[in-house]
Amino acid sequence: MKYLDEFRDGNKARVLIREIEALVSTMTIPAERPLYIMEVCGGHTHSIFRYGLEGMLPKEIELIHGPGCPVCVLPMGRVDDCVSIAEDPNVIFTTFGDAMRVPGSKKSLLQAKAEGADVRMVYSPMDALALARKNPNREVVFFGLGFETTMPSTALTILQAEAEGIANFSVFCNHITIVPTIKAILDSPGLQLDGFLGPGHVSMVIGTAPYEFIASFYKKPMVVAGFEPLDILQSIWMVLKQIKEGRADIENQYARIVPDDGNAPALQAVSRVYELREFFEWRGLGSIDHSGVKLRDGYVHYDAEQKFAIPNLKIADPKSCQCGEVLKGVIKPWQCKVFGSACTPETPLGALMVSSEGACAAYYQYGGVKRYKEAV
Amino acid sequence: MNVAPFIRTRQLGKVNVDTVTLAHGGGGKAMKDLIDDVFITAFDNHALAPLEDQARFDLADLAMHGDRLAFTTDAFVVDPLFFPGGDIGELAVCGTVNDLAVGGATPLYLSCAVIVEEGMRVATLRRIAGSMAQTARAAGVHIVTGDTKVVQRGACDKLFITTTGIGMIRKGLALGVDTARPGDVVLVNGLLGDHGAAILCARGDMALDTLIESDCACLHRLIDALLTAAPGIRFVRDPTRGGLATVLNEIADASQVGIEIDEAATPIREEVKAFCEILGLDPLYLANEGKIVVIAPPDQADAALAAMRAHPLGEGAALIGRVGQTEAGRVTMRTVFGGRRIVDMLVGEQLPRIC
Repeated sequence: MKYLDEFRDGNKARVLIREIEALVSTMTIPAERPLYIMEVCGGHTHSIFRYGLEGMLPKEIELIHGPGCPVCVLPMGRVDDCVSIAEDPNVIFTTFGDAMRVPGSKKSLLQAKAEGADVRMVYSPMDALALARKNPNREVVFFGLGFETTMPSTALTILQAEAEGIANFSVFCNHITIVPTIKAILDSPGLQLDGFLGPGHVSMVIGTAPYEFIASFYKKPMVVAGFEPLDILQSIWMVLKQIKEGRADIENQYARIVPDDGNAPALQAVSRVYELREFFEWRGLGSIDHSGVKLRDGYVHYDAEQKFAIPNLKIADPKSCQCGEVLKGVIKPWQCKVFGSACTPETPLGALMVSSEGACAAYYQYGGVKRYKEAV
Repeated sequence: MNVAPFIRTRQLGKVNVDTVTLAHGGGGKAMKDLIDDVFITAFDNHALAPLEDQARFDLADLAMHGDRLAFTTDAFVVDPLFFPGGDIGELAVCGTVNDLAVGGATPLYLSCAVIVEEGMRVATLRRIAGSMAQTARAAGVHIVTGDTKVVQRGACDKLFITTTGIGMIRKGLALGVDTARPGDVVLVNGLLGDHGAAILCARGDMALDTLIESDCACLHRLIDALLTAAPGIRFVRDPTRGGLATVLNEIADASQVGIEIDEAATPIREEVKAFCEILGLDPLYLANEGKIVVIAPPDQADAALAAMRAHPLGEGAALIGRVGQTEAGRVTMRTVFGGRRIVDMLVGEQLPRIC
């Protein structure tokens, strides 16, 4: 495929791996632990497993799979809220595909659908708006989910609904924002991270400037990375180079997609439609200040939280589930007590086991090569 | 099989309305008219003609084709009924023919049970029956018995078809999922994932227009040529639901061997790759309806490949992997990138990723 195969070239990968090995060999890395580099974004996690990158890297580097999978950080209570809206017989509840299987405290959206709720998978919020046009007597609710990557498309859909005067459309807004989350991880006690691969898609919208504090305040290097395997390897090399040179900068490897200033029209739509919430509950990470957005007062008639009586109950994560520690890189997925036993992709306890971008599901399905080597 | 000419002793009924109603499932004249006009007319053959409650076969006639009976059934509920490259009728014939053929059987007879949702247009049903008849004729199999039910609106989705098939396995063949041995090779007969991608596109949920067509085809003649050229073949299966990945996992598990495939050698259409890329799907798990996965001993790999490539349905045949000694039960893939990943069974349905 054009513009993809070029970034999946095995020969170039071997050259890059040799470069990484050469760089590592000139660095003084303490014997106690390898260098920990966190990829923030679930899309990176997915690529790392799909192309078997972990097994190609020298043992001095370990990748920590961060919180950037919006499906994975969705708390159970929020899934319950979705189910409660979806079970209203007048509602067509629309969602991205991989949110369907996330367990609530009683059931997932997939189970609610099987029991009769009208839950439909859409590929874009505009598909949900099209359903609202086609079904004027039903309320079509779109489950707005994701970081800044998907935030603008939900905002533009609301603006489109307003322009067309469509009244039977609303958004259950669960959009979250990445920067406070990275900050929360950096503030967590016992943190052992040496650098970050920055989220490529989020940065395409917000640019690279919002990450400056990571370099200036926390003195950690970050490289905004593309999603193809060569992108990831090159970005790892760039992080290592910064560590070696004692620098902490925000660098942009994904410049073919990510402008340093972000995408102005997308940002305008975002600031027009949303405002920050005081706090938002994350699965495994707890409540993080200013980490979620809600619709502004001017758009209450598109706000499912205003249109429906939502239970909004806080449901504690299952005690045995260690998603939080995995998300923060404190433990590896297979070190969790329930990994592969009580918690499997078939019966996920924790959300990290649900989405293919979740670290646990990725380890379970694609098999962490290092872990696998240990097992043999 | 010889089909003797026959003389029909009764006049066939005619349907004079446009739409199927519950009356057509009531057991009376309306039902008889529908069956006569739509199905008997299309499927016409000497075993069906007497319209007994069962088809009757001469054992000596069957025994000419082999020494064991193969018997299989499959239900077809595809939505939409018509899709690029085929329809539910063609699929219902090919699917069961292929389930017989992958066991080394010569497919001979099919049954056809349909469940129709009231409100279906008779013309649509006629078109599907015609498609079944045409596919069966081209495949050299006969639809010899059937059943028709009409259910209330909402009790089924438009039309469900179940076909059951009988075939004969020729003497000496013993294909088995548990017979793969280290050193064996993994072959396929062409591009993978077309059917799954075509159906997902045709449903229209994805708002993607592509030119991808289903690969729906009857594979028994290809398999016959393959088994004749390479009689040592261990196992053949059609990777339908769950795709290549699922079949390979079944083989690895049953034979207690490891299987490694090579991503670069695995034939997948550029459009299907792009489709999967956009939706976050994995083509290894997409359904096929005209493909086989073959496990062959290494000394017969060339003969098997040559035989498949000589057949129109096997022009794109390729050697995609090998059976290994270690890692029993595990399927892995050498990625184009030089890494190695595990190809596990899918838990549920593939769901598109959010971003």
